[in-house]
Amino acid sequence: MSEIRITGIGVSEGIRFGQTYFYAAAASGEEAYRESIAEHEREAELERLEAAKRAAMEDLRRIIDKAEQTLGKEKSMILQGQQSFLNDPAFYGEIRNAVSKRLCSPEKAVKQVVAQLAELFEKMNNAYVKERIHDIRDVADRLMSHLRQEAYPDLMQIREPVILVADDLTPSVTAQLDRNYILGFVTRLGGETTHTAILSRSLGIPAVVGTGDAFGRLRHGQSVILDGGEGCCIIHPEAETVEAYKRKQEKEQERAAMLERFKRKPARTADGARVELAVNIGTPEEVRDETVEEAEGVGLFRTEFLFMNADRFPDEEIQFQAYKRVVERWQGKPVVIRTLDIGGDKELSYWNLPKESNPFLGMRAVRLCLHERELFKTQLRAILRASAYGNAKIMFPMVSSMQEFRQAKAIAEEVKRELAEKEVAFNEAIEIGIMAEVPSVIQMADRFAKEVDFFSIGTNDLVQYTLAVDRMNEKVAHLYDYFHPAVLRSIQSLIAAAHRERKWVGMCGKMAGDPLAAPLLLAMGLDEWSMDAASLVKQKHALARLSLAECKELLAEIIDMDTADEVRSRMAAFREEKSKAFADVQA
Amino acid sequence: MISTTITIENAEGLHLRPAQMLADAAGKFASDITLRTGDGGEANVKSVLGVIALGLEKGATITLTADGEDEAAALEAVAELFAKGFGEQP
Repeated sequence: MSEIRITGIGVSEGIRFGQTYFYAAAASGEEAYRESIAEHEREAELERLEAAKRAAMEDLRRIIDKAEQTLGKEKSMILQGQQSFLNDPAFYGEIRNAVSKRLCSPEKAVKQVVAQLAELFEKMNNAYVKERIHDIRDVADRLMSHLRQEAYPDLMQIREPVILVADDLTPSVTAQLDRNYILGFVTRLGGETTHTAILSRSLGIPAVVGTGDAFGRLRHGQSVILDGGEGCCIIHPEAETVEAYKRKQEKEQERAAMLERFKRKPARTADGARVELAVNIGTPEEVRDETVEEAEGVGLFRTEFLFMNADRFPDEEIQFQAYKRVVERWQGKPVVIRTLDIGGDKELSYWNLPKESNPFLGMRAVRLCLHERELFKTQLRAILRASAYGNAKIMFPMVSSMQEFRQAKAIAEEVKRELAEKEVAFNEAIEIGIMAEVPSVIQMADRFAKEVDFFSIGTNDLVQYTLAVDRMNEKVAHLYDYFHPAVLRSIQSLIAAAHRERKWVGMCGKMAGDPLAAPLLLAMGLDEWSMDAASLVKQKHALARLSLAECKELLAEIIDMDTADEVRSRMAAFREEKSKAFADVQA
Repeated sequence: MISTTITIENAEGLHLRPAQMLADAAGKFASDITLRTGDGGEANVKSVLGVIALGLEKGATITLTADGEDEAAALEAVAELFAKGFGEQP
């Protein structure tokens, strides 16, 4: 067997050697199966269906046993519901009928019945019942995978180190990945700035996404090398390849050791200026103790993972405890808590939001919160209560007009009054800011700056909205670049407008952690740089080589350029000069 | 074949848990037990999914029909669940 090299987008660095584990490809439905069967095949196909059902039942029984111990009775009840669907006349009975009476292939029958049920459930008024469609799909996917004789693992079933291979991973699945068992993952779909990619970086799990057609070469149980930095996966590697990657892995580890030296030091430029580096976090537990020491705060606490890893809306008390844990852990360092940012590519299993043809321009983030006022108030109450225990700040995502900001702020004020009346402790002077990620905010920055306490630039969405590039679409991904002069001008003008009103500006998108961008952000006067924990040390290393005066010169030159390519090559040349001057390992 | 007409009294309507209880009870009998709504909806009571897909709320009027050798006992057992409000706290 000769080696096969497939490439995609490397979204999380690291080299890993391991066996592939195929995860739930059934849901994709991309692979071909035949639609109908011949009369004489009926009995054999029914038996194949029956065997798949037995295997699925057996799976569920095993998972339930385990779930009762690890997740508790309540979560395991959900799975028992799935077991009963597998015996349900409206589900399994219909599938069997389709095979025996209409000579559908079992695969086709499963698809059809799920589609019918989905249509039926879509119309239901009761949200709880509506949600059950996710369980039906889950059961159907499991059944389908047994029909295809592929593994349909629940991630908790994986108890040996593997490289996960999946068509796509949802953010909520990625959030559950256990570093002890998931060495890395490869997906067919996905792009550099999806939330799945962000999560893989913060979990420190190497990942290659968007492998496209080449994905078809991957099978369950192959031995592979995964290189999340280079964005490739090598199937059945030759001995020399393994050797080469072993050496590369060693080099990476050496570099990591070099960077380690920067860990304990605060970020400082070559001319001695301090730079405030913070981290982006998703869950209270995700951060290691050393990160808490290393960073100067949390520039972005994405609260949606609290909502995504649950099977219902977390109530005020659950949220309060989570926010309190974070602010207490950071002992007075600022923690910017972003209010719920759902919609777009982030969905909740228990909240069936209507499908939109253009979700990124639709009902998401603060728009949804203003619409679901009680939900929003519950979250604000929880954040405000937590503000009594540390340095919490509130940030609204996706604000696009002054009106929205004023409405959101008025609701926060209302919650404050209610808390004050009940004599509940909170920080009266809590800062309230917004994400700067919609071009209208950049245009109106002078006005916003008079009313907000701070801005935080979300480069991922800002680039997508400024350049009209869908960040999930691999076909236009090459147009997506924060070094585009339009994006650089937006950032520069926003920071200038904010500083005129003495307001601070942070950045919590991927650009803040990119060493290549550091000279520009430093020259523009970015106040707070928030990134995934793994980028902190790299950015410290880059900053230590820079001085403000030369970065300002470079910025003047860059801001006059016409294209992202020109900017990139100039920035790369500048970095080259720096590494020669500092003559150590390339950062 | 025998039938009876019932009004749903329990607060949460015919959602997952009550539907599960109905299916469990109906499953003990050989008879076919069918639930029909005023507007033409129909479900096999042994099917949890079929029943919840009707989305029946409190106050809805339904007809239960049992057909088979143990139809009388089957209908009685199923109707009793409705009468007791599926054990919900009032």
